[in-house]
Amino acid sequence: MLSAEEWAIVALSARISLVAVGASFPVALGLAWVLARWRFPGKILLDALVHLPLVIPPVVTGWLLLILFGPAGPVGAWLERSFGVVLVFRWTGAALAAAVMALPLMVRAMRLSIEAVDPRLEAAARTLGAGWWRVRWTISLPLALPGMLAGLVLGFARSIGEFGATVTFASNIPNETRTLPLAIYSALQLPGGEAAVLRLSLISIALSLAALVASEWLARRHGQAHVL
Amino acid sequence: MSFDIDVRRQLGRREIAARIVTDARVVAVVGSSGAGKTSLLNMVAGLLRPDAGHVRLDGDTLFDAGGADVPPEQRRIGYVFQEHRLFPHRRVGWNLDYGARLRIAEERWITRDETVDLLGIGHLLDRWPRNLSGGEAQRVAIGRALLSAPRALLLDEPLAALDPARRDGILTVLEQIRDTLALPMIYVSHDRADVARLAGHVVEMGGGE
Repeated sequence: MLSAEEWAIVALSARISLVAVGASFPVALGLAWVLARWRFPGKILLDALVHLPLVIPPVVTGWLLLILFGPAGPVGAWLERSFGVVLVFRWTGAALAAAVMALPLMVRAMRLSIEAVDPRLEAAARTLGAGWWRVRWTISLPLALPGMLAGLVLGFARSIGEFGATVTFASNIPNETRTLPLAIYSALQLPGGEAAVLRLSLISIALSLAALVASEWLARRHGQAHVL
Repeated sequence: MSFDIDVRRQLGRREIAARIVTDARVVAVVGSSGAGKTSLLNMVAGLLRPDAGHVRLDGDTLFDAGGADVPPEQRRIGYVFQEHRLFPHRRVGWNLDYGARLRIAEERWITRDETVDLLGIGHLLDRWPRNLSGGEAQRVAIGRALLSAPRALLLDEPLAALDPARRDGILTVLEQIRDTLALPMIYVSHDRADVARLAGHVVEMGGGE
């Protein structure tokens, strides 16, 4: 069915998305916690900033990443100087772009599940002798777990589909940053590429559908409203 | 002096104030709803910070507006809430052991078997909290609090949600805790008959409308 080259594209996409989701998970969890539980001036602004990648054109997100993480950008120059890490035009850069684009969806799902945790149960745990971290680990997180998993799955699906920010920041380099959507776009440009487009499109549809079903199932098991 | 409590706290436009100074083993707190009885218990447990005053237990200062504020997990005060607040993602046995696991052996003064016998909950250990009746859940909640090795027990209308037959069962258990375990208790209720049966000292809280 798929050629070896096409399998390699699927594998690259999966690797980039897994790294993107894994790296953004702690960030998403922290942001979700702060947005769900803390009250502070400027919270609306933080909320808006987190959601920004959801609404601005992805190409703009990619361009902002270039400015920040590019060789001349403040973060990019520092990373290269201190750790020898270059993100631009690398698969790691594609993962960064995917992570930024997936973050809002992950934060949304996780925030909802944290808000659904009853603080009275956490208070009960404290009176029984559990400190702050133990309460999070034994009570809050397990109760929020289905929403956490739903957030991860949604983030993964969003990463798999990421195009605009990736092509702007990491470019379209075979075997490095050419993920499924980029490969489909490239195949469309070639005469006789329709069969490849069809195969790769079917794969992306199947992956996305599976992820959506999985996240809805997880959220429902928790008795939560839709995460989308 | 087992309880030496004098706290004040402004909540919105309501001022909650209470003073309990007594050697009695069981103190009943009565008063109309809105008088701040639950807030008083929360202040004793460390879940709500008083604006002023102090909380002392057997001469040990747990809170003083001047400085000391022992966090709830270090106060060793068992709290049985109006709603049982069992952890829904774990079975009864895990709920019972939650607090016991967090205390060192020297602090524990009752074993799991003794607790289970006292409360008659041996047949519930593998059940999920959502499958318990109101009376069963409240027994487990009492057991969970006892097993956390408390030096005092707070009970916030633990009978409010129960029918008369089950109320009597829990009251009997509370009498046993008072008489055989000699555990100081603050018992919040609006039922004068319960209070007469249990308490050696009654504090009336006013201020509610």
